[in-house]
Amino acid sequence: MKLFECMGKDLFRSQGIPVPDGEVITQAAQAAGVLERIPAAVLKSQVLSGKRGKAGGIKFPRDAAEAVAQAGELLGQELQGYQVEKILVEEKLTIQHEYYLAITVENSMRCPLILASAAGGMDIEEVPEEMIVRRPVDPVLGVSEYVGREIAWRMGLSGEPSKQFAALLPGLYRLFMELDAELVEINPLVWTGEKLVAADAKVTVDDEALYRHPDLPRVEEKTALEQKAQAIGLSFVELDGDIAIMANGAGITMATLDIIQHYGGRPANFLDAGGGANVEQTAQALELLLATNPRVIFINIFGGITRCDDVATAFSQVKKTRGIPVPVVIRLVGTNEARGVEILRETGIEAYRSMSEAAAKAVELAQKA
Amino acid sequence: MAIYIDENTQVLVQGITGRQGSFHTGQMLAYGTRIVAGVAPGRRGQTVEGVPVYDTVAEACSRYRVDASVIFIPAAGAKDAVLEALEAGVGVVVCVTEHVPLHDEMLMVAAARRKGAVLIGPNTFGVVSSGKCKIGIPPNQVFVPGPVGVVSRSGTLSYEIVANLLAAGIGTTTVVGMGGDRIAGRNFIEVLQDFENDPETKAVVMIGEIGGTAEEQAAEYIRHHLTKPVVAYIAGKSAPPGKRMGHAGAIIERGRGTFAGKVQALQAAGVQVAGLPLEVPELIKEVI
Repeated sequence: MKLFECMGKDLFRSQGIPVPDGEVITQAAQAAGVLERIPAAVLKSQVLSGKRGKAGGIKFPRDAAEAVAQAGELLGQELQGYQVEKILVEEKLTIQHEYYLAITVENSMRCPLILASAAGGMDIEEVPEEMIVRRPVDPVLGVSEYVGREIAWRMGLSGEPSKQFAALLPGLYRLFMELDAELVEINPLVWTGEKLVAADAKVTVDDEALYRHPDLPRVEEKTALEQKAQAIGLSFVELDGDIAIMANGAGITMATLDIIQHYGGRPANFLDAGGGANVEQTAQALELLLATNPRVIFINIFGGITRCDDVATAFSQVKKTRGIPVPVVIRLVGTNEARGVEILRETGIEAYRSMSEAAAKAVELAQKA
Repeated sequence: MAIYIDENTQVLVQGITGRQGSFHTGQMLAYGTRIVAGVAPGRRGQTVEGVPVYDTVAEACSRYRVDASVIFIPAAGAKDAVLEALEAGVGVVVCVTEHVPLHDEMLMVAAARRKGAVLIGPNTFGVVSSGKCKIGIPPNQVFVPGPVGVVSRSGTLSYEIVANLLAAGIGTTTVVGMGGDRIAGRNFIEVLQDFENDPETKAVVMIGEIGGTAEEQAAEYIRHHLTKPVVAYIAGKSAPPGKRMGHAGAIIERGRGTFAGKVQALQAAGVQVAGLPLEVPELIKEVI
């Protein structure tokens, strides 16, 4: 889950990381009050997109009247697919130098990785490799000030900026750990001549760990159907085709979409009914498929932890209780296969054993419909 | 030979009394896996499928030689269970649990390194040394001994491909589920290295998917260090960017982790990449 900049900055502040003075507004008129307190201010649209500056989401008003006018333009505007609902009005910093600092999870080393650069203010992907300091962290040792001093030295920092950098890094790492973050990023980290200040805040929290953070406000990026799927514990992505897909396991679900495409069909969705889905969950998954208004439903099950008879029972239940108005192709093999095939036969459906044959049939039916 | 586990491996099941734990204990026993004990706090003295249950891994390990442990514990307790097994000195720990928080996974990996243990998963179907020992949740019928090693990020897709191999008369040495999360206790490179050192394995099938750079790094490793032939299949060709396709790791971000990029890297390392799961057996036949 990505957090808005203003939420990230509140968290930074709680760890003693300096951030600009500022306030969040949701109505244009509120800008005037903030400008009274902070005359040299910047207006920053709070959206989850990284490139909002280039998209016109950041404004530098000359006075309170202009701030109100600009806030009025920004609020309600769509920026890269996101509606602007709030604006962070904060003090404009004196910039002597811009640095980059982030902590992320490194997949292949399988540990936290600190990324830092003396070339901040631009996308880190555009920074030359030799300008980036990479420092893996042993999670058992953690990050204390010496790590900050070491990185500051490798970045070419000295004097006061180096000292402040070393003081701020442990707080950022503490936040990364306490929040179960996938990413905490400060870009730019601004040297004003007196202070190092986090001019931006990008924080992404691990979705799987959200249950440990009940107090954290939820930020939603999913479509309505995707949210419904999430609520019942299914992994679902809407696509724009007409063959509704359900499989069990992320890998085989992806392969099922691929094979449908291979035969010239268009998948309506990605739906991984999960390992070990029981009758009730499977029935809910089927309901979700019907909500995409498909021409054909294709169910591809290779039962391991999922049991073929559970899937067949769920299918037969949904068919009996609410009816299924479109053709259905089912491929069913694996754990408790014989029983599953038997149950399907009772509902009048002959299960396929081969994934390719079943996929080809589903595409053929969709093209006829 | 085989890797990680064989016919002599003695196995402990953590979370043995749960719905999945008890069902799969029965399935593993049916495959021939030597399960010596189970753990479920507060259930000491019970039995599941004839297997004695203890409250702690420490007690189970004091009574039996335990070579490997498999974990069927919900995500919130998975870290605790993995650390308990590692501390008790278990050499191979297989964490089936999905939805484990990333930070817990980092700690598990760091702990396994310190103990010199093999951690497989989390979010894995497990590991099978065909005809010898099955640890985890895959269906029994497709794992028949043969010359091919398999390493995969995905469970059901592995069963699909292993079944296709079997239909073509090709069996497997060991089939390893890396797990579908961003972090894998044992990753492609490590498993490829282990297959390289296994004399019975003549060729390797690598089953990857979009997202991350694990396949690209594996390709680099294959190019420089692997003498055995590798055939790959990559899932997610039709996946749109920015959408997480089920697995935590399966997402194309900022143009990285794409299907095309992975296929290109693998082909440049001399790996044959199958277009469909069905084509894997034909490509394997060409190289062995």
